[in-house]
Amino acid sequence: MVYPINTMTMENSLNLFRQMYRIRAVEEEIAHRYPQGRMRCPVHLSIGQESIPAVFAETISKRDFAVSTHRGHAHYLAKGGNLNAMIAEIYGKATGCSKGKGGSMHLIDLNVNFMGTSAIVGNSIPVGVGLALSAQLKGTDQISCVFLGDGAIEEGVFYESVNFSAVRKLPVLFICENNLYSVYSPLSVRQPQGRSIAKMVEAMGVEIATGSGSDVLASQQLMQQAVNKVRAGSGPYFLEFSTYRWREHCGHSFDNDIGYRTQEEFLEWQAKDPLLQLEISLSKETSTVSQQLDALKVVVNQEIQAAFEFAETSGFPLQSEAYQDVYATQGLS
Amino acid sequence: MTQKNFATAINEALHEAMQQDPSVICYGLGVTDPKAVFSTTSNLEQRFGSERVFDMPTSENAMTGVAIGAALNGIKSVMTHQRIDFFLLAMDQLVNGAAKWHYMFGGQNSIPITIRLIIGRGWGQGPTHSQNLQAWFSHIPGLKVVMPTTPDDAKGLLLSSIFDPNPVVFLEHRWLHNTVGDVPDGDFRIDIGKARKARTGTDITIVSMSYMTIEALHAAEYLETQGVSCEIIDLRTIKPLDWEIVMASVTKTGQLLVLDSGFTTGSVAGEIVARVAMEKFNILKSAPARLAMPDVPEPTSFALTKGFYVRAADVVVKVMEMIGRDAGQGRQEFPESTTHDVPGDWFTGPF
Repeated sequence: MVYPINTMTMENSLNLFRQMYRIRAVEEEIAHRYPQGRMRCPVHLSIGQESIPAVFAETISKRDFAVSTHRGHAHYLAKGGNLNAMIAEIYGKATGCSKGKGGSMHLIDLNVNFMGTSAIVGNSIPVGVGLALSAQLKGTDQISCVFLGDGAIEEGVFYESVNFSAVRKLPVLFICENNLYSVYSPLSVRQPQGRSIAKMVEAMGVEIATGSGSDVLASQQLMQQAVNKVRAGSGPYFLEFSTYRWREHCGHSFDNDIGYRTQEEFLEWQAKDPLLQLEISLSKETSTVSQQLDALKVVVNQEIQAAFEFAETSGFPLQSEAYQDVYATQGLS
Repeated sequence: MTQKNFATAINEALHEAMQQDPSVICYGLGVTDPKAVFSTTSNLEQRFGSERVFDMPTSENAMTGVAIGAALNGIKSVMTHQRIDFFLLAMDQLVNGAAKWHYMFGGQNSIPITIRLIIGRGWGQGPTHSQNLQAWFSHIPGLKVVMPTTPDDAKGLLLSSIFDPNPVVFLEHRWLHNTVGDVPDGDFRIDIGKARKARTGTDITIVSMSYMTIEALHAAEYLETQGVSCEIIDLRTIKPLDWEIVMASVTKTGQLLVLDSGFTTGSVAGEIVARVAMEKFNILKSAPARLAMPDVPEPTSFALTKGFYVRAADVVVKVMEMIGRDAGQGRQEFPESTTHDVPGDWFTGPF
């Protein structure tokens, strides 16, 4: 797909490109360095899935809340989470966003209301709903965004959370990135063929929209429309985007050879890479734009190298800190 | 100071907390219905409005997560479940979420949630309406577990729980709701983590919790007439447990019997016996002992629950055995009630 880029959308397109490129480059750098054995925790990369976080970044406000999952690096970065603190957390350093207590699967940055990620499928969904309840109780115009995957749709807590959101007309935006697999289990063994996740949610009394994560500009329109509606007080909204994770479920490698999916399927999705499509579209514009993209890449790459340098040179937490913060001694919110 | 029952004391604590702090909310199945959870949530909705006091979908797990999310933005939730057994559906949010949130995100948030769980017994409550799972909850780092016996402790500990910056599992025994005692008016708090000496004695230490303390007190009264002086430590908080008062009492008496309303294996009583044996072995006059529920589900039939519970009679016999005396008529002094499956005539079901 080649996007018609005009001057009206040029700035937006460059922003989207920058978001997607930055997320991709961070994840690629993690993958590149992972075999060195210094990031000693599981990592769930989302290379290939960058479009949805990118449009989220360009649509959402810093004051809005977001929660995510074990595959949450991109959402954290899209919400504006501190890059240095995330990489340091994956390295288990004292400067990490959770001081080394959480690792890759427990990311948080309260400065941008990114409220946490969970290593348990479905676990953060009701937490996002509770944040929406708090906004409603306090009468603010904040909305709460809940990232989830197709696997979480099979958890009971998902239905409980959607139902309560609908009952109380809570300002929640559910963003489902359907990447077709729960670890190595395909949708076909988990959900009836032909049944739409979004349609099912619609039947629960929630407004929905579906889109292709390969089409970043269309996805952005859907995201903007959903955010506007939720902010206007129309209640919860559910977005489902099709997408595809390129690398293995957990770890830095590719795993198309182990037998749960085919190389053909992978290549088909890779050909629809939203980042590459946008780059090609933008490059076709003028040579100035091409130069802008190159300059942008340099800046992002420098930022990422600096973040890894920060993480690698940061100190580990003291052993004694393992025994601290079991209980809170004062209210913190 | 006026005489009130346990349920009224709970209700007063909720009114006090909600009046004091607009960030306190209260929800759970039935909190706004005509029965108001055994009258414990009476008039809350009328006084504080349906934004802050509300009934909820039958979704124990999600609604626990909702409390976590709300807590992240400064809301203090008090959830109520009419039976502890219903809450087992919420163990993911409690154990993987609420208990660990403060720790696993580096101490940046606090999770001030109070979860009221009511323990049933008798009247055919059966296997899934009668479990005493304090040992489970106390096994999890990050949770506080509170289990009051008296009405004043119920009020004081509930207020402390609501204003504690951590998740607190607050266990109410259904058989205590109608017990009466002096309860101070207004804002009255009992510190979490402090046990209460329910009776002073010199011959043996009896550690107990919740309804078992009532049985212990009856037993101790009789044993006094037999020249046996019992010291009773009512734990009030299961976690963090007040080891100081337990160890000090055992140091004085040299004997320990622990009563537990939960199943025997893996019980809180087992933990106390183990720790006392490890730390006070050289001063113990006899092997420490425990009396807890058998490792079988609680049956339903009136006939099957006969002789099933640990009662004052069992405590008397055990204490006498531990101090090397014959129990004599001890057991006969406490004949099992012909209506053994209810706490008193006031209880006519259904739950």
